[in-house]
Amino acid sequence: MNISRSISRRMPSGRHFVIGVPFIWLFLFFLLPFIIVLKISFAEADVAIPPYTEIYNWAEQQLSIVLNLSNYIFLSEDDLYLAAYLGSIKMAFISTALCVLIGYPMAYAIARADKEMQMVFLLLIMMPTWTAILIRVYAWMGILSSNGLLNSLLLSIGVIDSPIRILNTNLAVYIGIVYSYLPFMVLPLYANLVKHDQSLLEAASDLGSSNFNSFWKITVPLSKNGIIAGCMLVFIPAVGEFVIPELLGGPETLMIGKVLWQEFFNNRDWPVASALAVVMLAVLIIPIILFNRSQAKEMEGRA
Amino acid sequence: MAVASSAYKKVIEGDQQPKEVLVKIDRVTKKFDETIAVDDVSLTINKGEIFALLGGSGSGKSTLLRMLAGFERPTQGRIYLDGEDITDLPPYERPINMMFQSYALFPHMSVADNIAFGLKQDKMSRADIEARVEEMLKLVQMTQYAKRKPHQLSGGQRQRVALARSLAKSPKLLLLDEPMGALDKKLRSQMQLELVEIIERVGVTCVMVTHDQEEAMTMAQRIAIMHLGWIAQIGSPIDIYETPTSRLVCEFIGNVNLFDGQVVEDMEGHALIDSPDLDRNIFVGHGVSTSVQDKSITYAIRPEKLLVTTEQPSCEYNWSRGTVHDIAYLGGHSVFHVQLPSGKIVQSFVANAERRGARPTWDDQVFVWWEDDSGVALRS
Repeated sequence: MNISRSISRRMPSGRHFVIGVPFIWLFLFFLLPFIIVLKISFAEADVAIPPYTEIYNWAEQQLSIVLNLSNYIFLSEDDLYLAAYLGSIKMAFISTALCVLIGYPMAYAIARADKEMQMVFLLLIMMPTWTAILIRVYAWMGILSSNGLLNSLLLSIGVIDSPIRILNTNLAVYIGIVYSYLPFMVLPLYANLVKHDQSLLEAASDLGSSNFNSFWKITVPLSKNGIIAGCMLVFIPAVGEFVIPELLGGPETLMIGKVLWQEFFNNRDWPVASALAVVMLAVLIIPIILFNRSQAKEMEGRA
Repeated sequence: MAVASSAYKKVIEGDQQPKEVLVKIDRVTKKFDETIAVDDVSLTINKGEIFALLGGSGSGKSTLLRMLAGFERPTQGRIYLDGEDITDLPPYERPINMMFQSYALFPHMSVADNIAFGLKQDKMSRADIEARVEEMLKLVQMTQYAKRKPHQLSGGQRQRVALARSLAKSPKLLLLDEPMGALDKKLRSQMQLELVEIIERVGVTCVMVTHDQEEAMTMAQRIAIMHLGWIAQIGSPIDIYETPTSRLVCEFIGNVNLFDGQVVEDMEGHALIDSPDLDRNIFVGHGVSTSVQDKSITYAIRPEKLLVTTEQPSCEYNWSRGTVHDIAYLGGHSVFHVQLPSGKIVQSFVANAERRGARPTWDDQVFVWWEDDSGVALRS
């Protein structure tokens, strides 16, 4: 009796299983790859397959682990990498700000629309994301190129005399990032705004506040968590974005994703590339923590 | 029925103050698409009184209140406040404040900031705002909770904050939308009296909306009963309970026994009604001025005024035989359900004044009777 009970206590129950699945998932597909990348970042480049040295060595009954910090030192010595990090952050920051400016009015309008129309609008927002990002970015190349749709249109209505160069500039990258990530701004904002209690705005109006003032004093502060969630969902992936700057950007576009690609595939310097990736993760941990905290608050408020 | 408040006191003592009209609602109609929510309503609200709009859901009471606040615009008719036409003013320009049904406190602001919100819109100086907020907190006894957020307060405390916020700007008119709707039953009766006390101390005129007749009777000095967008009757709680003018009103407020009958004698000083449900005719102590063609009339009598006895009454009118069909013991009083010879069942409330008294029991033969002036003859 007692034995069977203690056995059943030790047996994994359904509860453990349910929690275990995401844990195993994260372990296999996040933690394990990360440990490998971390390991490579402490290795030395080598002409071999794979192109780096092992950091541990087993000889004469001695396990020696050699952590090679030169990759990190190298990163700090070359201005290119710092410039790439700052360029990425600046790019992601401005894109996020643009997404808020465009996405907030959209989310607000959807949240105020009729119940049936809301579903239609949300579908319209999400539908483009069903197509592969690569195809959509290629489409933008067609629109933005010198003899593309946008230039033809501007020429035909006489706004410009000669085609303007948009493709392969930072402007094109901004357009691409804002376009691609706008749904990730609109959706959390909508989810927040649609829950707002209309009687609060009526109460503000009743107390003498104009509609404009009520928006800034009531609606915006109450949607703070939605804004934070949307910003993080745009900012974090935008920092590491590779496809958009590669296809739409030009020589002046310096982003860490591109540099990472070059280190891996052009220079075949896996250890430096890994060190770049580890530093990028360290940079992004701050906004990720902020994001998690606001999510936790949101859940608390709901309960 | 609880008629035990300042309203009652004022009715008993007689309100001697001259009545000055503050709000005049003049033939207001509100249509939503094709449905008529408020149908040609006219009424006046006097300065300093607590006025209740009482009705079921869909009676138009909330729409009327929202038109006073400015959230809805009347389809037709005008609304005047202190003689000024406010029909077209937006809510934020009206000297009217409202306490919302679920209080609508701003969740991201502290209690003090909630109260200060309206004052800040008036561009008051910081020191003045602080002083006023302090005064309001003291009024509702919430001073020690000034820094709390609304979600850290109990239901009754939230209501006090909501009241303080709506009184902070010293409005000419205070609107209460189902003020006890978010509170549990026990807290209600306590808060009702507390609310009335604060409102009277401030001296603000108040219009409240409620579906709870007990609440309306406890708090209000005058009640308007609304039904399907129009006003069925306006009067003091006692008027409405004791002299309802229609079947609708007397069925809506409290319990009532109704007897349909024909007027058989109609003199200036009295009238007699013959009801097929009763053994004897009903004697009414005043003329009922029937038309020649239509002699039908309804006689309404409240259960507490219908008396049950085991001895045959000696008077000529106003009684009938019956058998006790059912008794519901409710502690303070019992409800006797008496079946009349016609099969109709009437209710009588009998106060349980003695702990163990001899009284009729199931299937006993009894008589129901009442005084000449206990009931009301209703033409509609």
